[in-house]
Amino acid sequence: MLTSLMPWLLAVAILLAVVGALRRARLWLRGRASNVNVWAGIRAMPKRYLVDLHHVVERDRYISNTHVATAGGFVLASVLAILLHGFAWESKLLAWLLLAASGAMLIGAVRVAKRRQSPPDRLSKGAWMRLPKSLMVFAISFLILSLPAVGLLPEGFGGVVLAALLTAGIVWGLAEMFIGMTWGGPMKHAFAGALHLAFHRRSERFGGGRSTGLKALNFDDAQAPLGVEKPTDFTWNQLLGFDACVQCGRCEAVCPAFAAGQPLNPKKLIQDMVVGLAGGSDASYSGSPYPGKPLGEHKGGPFQAIVAREGKGLLDADTLWACTTCRACVEECPMMIEHVDAIVDMRRHLTLERGQTPNKGAEVLENLIATDNPGGFNPGSRMNWAADLNLPILADVKRTDVLLWLGDGAFDMRNQRTLRAFIKVLRSAGVQFAVLGNEERDSGDVARRLGDEATFQHLAKLNIHTLQQYSFRSIVTCDPHSFHVLKNEYPELGGEYVVYHHTTFMERLYRDKQLSLKDWVGGRVTYHDPCYLGRYNGEYDAPRQLLDALGIDRVEMTRSGFRSRCCGGGGGAPITDIPGKQRIPDMRMDDIKASGANVVAVGCPQCTAMLEGVVEPRPQVLDIAELVAQSLIEEETRA
Amino acid sequence: MSRNLARLHSSDEVSVTVLVSIGKHPVTGRLRRADQDARALEMALGLSDSEPRVIYAGPLNDSTEPALRGYLGMGVSELKVLRQSEQNDIVPALSGFLDNSPSSLILCGSRAELGESSGLVPYQLADALGYTLVSNVAVIEEVTATLAVVLQALPRGQRRRIEVVLPAILAVDTASPVARQVAYAKASRGFINCVVTDAAEDDATEQWHYQPARKRPKRLKIIKATSARDRFKAAAAKAEGTGGQVLTSVSAEEGAVAILKVLKEEGVLKT
Repeated sequence: MLTSLMPWLLAVAILLAVVGALRRARLWLRGRASNVNVWAGIRAMPKRYLVDLHHVVERDRYISNTHVATAGGFVLASVLAILLHGFAWESKLLAWLLLAASGAMLIGAVRVAKRRQSPPDRLSKGAWMRLPKSLMVFAISFLILSLPAVGLLPEGFGGVVLAALLTAGIVWGLAEMFIGMTWGGPMKHAFAGALHLAFHRRSERFGGGRSTGLKALNFDDAQAPLGVEKPTDFTWNQLLGFDACVQCGRCEAVCPAFAAGQPLNPKKLIQDMVVGLAGGSDASYSGSPYPGKPLGEHKGGPFQAIVAREGKGLLDADTLWACTTCRACVEECPMMIEHVDAIVDMRRHLTLERGQTPNKGAEVLENLIATDNPGGFNPGSRMNWAADLNLPILADVKRTDVLLWLGDGAFDMRNQRTLRAFIKVLRSAGVQFAVLGNEERDSGDVARRLGDEATFQHLAKLNIHTLQQYSFRSIVTCDPHSFHVLKNEYPELGGEYVVYHHTTFMERLYRDKQLSLKDWVGGRVTYHDPCYLGRYNGEYDAPRQLLDALGIDRVEMTRSGFRSRCCGGGGGAPITDIPGKQRIPDMRMDDIKASGANVVAVGCPQCTAMLEGVVEPRPQVLDIAELVAQSLIEEETRA
Repeated sequence: MSRNLARLHSSDEVSVTVLVSIGKHPVTGRLRRADQDARALEMALGLSDSEPRVIYAGPLNDSTEPALRGYLGMGVSELKVLRQSEQNDIVPALSGFLDNSPSSLILCGSRAELGESSGLVPYQLADALGYTLVSNVAVIEEVTATLAVVLQALPRGQRRRIEVVLPAILAVDTASPVARQVAYAKASRGFINCVVTDAAEDDATEQWHYQPARKRPKRLKIIKATSARDRFKAAAAKAEGTGGQVLTSVSAEEGAVAILKVLKEEGVLKT
């Protein structure tokens, strides 16, 4: 009886899955157009899935093994089941294979169930708690179904009772695994995820590459709405990306804003976008909510504003403004979803279309427009701090080896100490360098993260125009934010430069034996990776090698390298200043204290400011340039 | 305050006009929306759901247009321009236009950030139109078809409540709420419409001789305080005039005579 029913069951399940897939695809295609190479993406998809995605999943060894067993077993079992039971192929070998595949899947499913016995907070519950059971039912059903075929059990074993049980099991299994995959069950992640990997809007990220610069807005059409107001304003492959979320909550576990009790949870944000995509409320979401915002109060639809102008929409604006754009969530996401892109897209709407940048945002943007720096300082006073340094100005010398990009830290007394230290190092190494002086403007980083793409592009174009006047080999800056923007975001606007962060540059000088250093004495040092140097640009080694070159007793924090916790200073977060339960820099300082270091080495003016803002007693905050400058062996002749 | 803050009684909507000018950033001198004018527009936008009429009289060119768009970026869809050259006196153009299409409530900044910056435009306009003028307005508390209740800003944070019969011109003070953020998209999509008006040559200014301002030495305030309390009192003390005379309930003639006497004593009037 089951033998004759199987082809039908499979056919119906596949048919329903196809219908669901088409319906889901129609939801994605409501999004804006996106420039992706469809065929190249589909061709590259298996490798992206098996290599790139697996590399991220593998950071949790237990679940990566589990996933290989479950997903591999399921895919193989499905194909074999269709061949054996759908088309009624007679093959003992295939039957054995099906037995093995469903066995592997069963092992995986049991491991999933074990993980879910007391699941960590970051995991979603709800339908996801059902998934291990469904996986087991699917695996066991096909396992038992294969036993007579391979001859381990006699045909007709178990009689009608077992046949009925198996039928029920197969119906359940197929409903969850095939139909649920395209109709919005937990298995949706497999279907949407595969397509998301194929049509990812940052294909450069696969194969070990990096793509972290925000994408430029096009201002050509004055009538086109700017930024993302409603879910359908995302590009279709962004919508697809949201749908791929497997709700593992790894983003939530690393999000500094979530940990600080600010109303942001990257996982919930992505799920809210999924709710918006299909329409509905967040009441059925079963993970951690945004801190301080109960579930069930927010709802939306594909054509409704995400942040409502009045009342409650899909989410509140403060959720978007709490993000520090530290990219920890993106780095951690096994599905390679781009949270930061989505947040900035929505911020662009709030700033450009509504003029609703919270707290000091409006003032900072106004300053950037009127004075080219966020503090509203007189742009003619940019070089006042260096009055005694006799720095060569590019406008006078016209050409130089190294252009030292000062950044807005030139107005900040603390950062001026760092700049002085770095200039001492440059002079000691005999580097030919010059500065733009008063011609330099803010790089546009803060404006862009606050959603003011217009001001960013304005500043960027002015800076590019200035830089065109002169000849230099490379740009060096002590500010990772300027570094990132100059290196990764100016090229799209026509400015391509060789850019180094000062730690990378000093490390090269040291390697080329242009720096003679003595050991630095002052205790144990830990290094805090700036997000915009580390995760955004992959520079984790040079600062550490410099510290080692200084003979420093270097200790690592639990969260360092690509898992470094943000200082709270990025993305305009100190400007929008969304309240939480604690401050992000305080949490980071706790990490630093826990490492046992009495000095934290930093490489970013924002990190310096945020960490020095933590009340004493606390470890001392020193830029690596300061540590190097303190350890220079200065020859009498040079001085 | 029990009054409904700055909300029009919807049954008797009054027409509101905001006069705006080109501003100049105090640090860099870049052209921008003028701070007080933007505050005036902010006030008008808070008055009712219907859009206020926004009028600018002055030169319109590539350098002034982005500054004007700042007002559009606050959420008005249209800006009317009475195009004038830099040398023109804008008061006849404004009064002529407002005479033809009157508004019962006209809001503007107290003093322009560019040009003569005399602060006289609201006065001259009120004179030409025969409207009541209230200077240094900080808050509009209530507006009806015939009456507006406003708070006038006085030194040291004091406020005076004034009831003013419409039509009136309200010159807005820096004590009023800060203007909202400019939304780039609204600024670039809004319309700037030119209205044809006469241009009057400013005969007076043609005769003027211009020279750079002389920086005057600042008089040092010597504080001989011995205790913190004295220092605080010195810092918070009002600049009190000496030798003045308070005249109450005197006739207009007597008052005028007293004023003339003071002006002559101070050397302001020389005949």
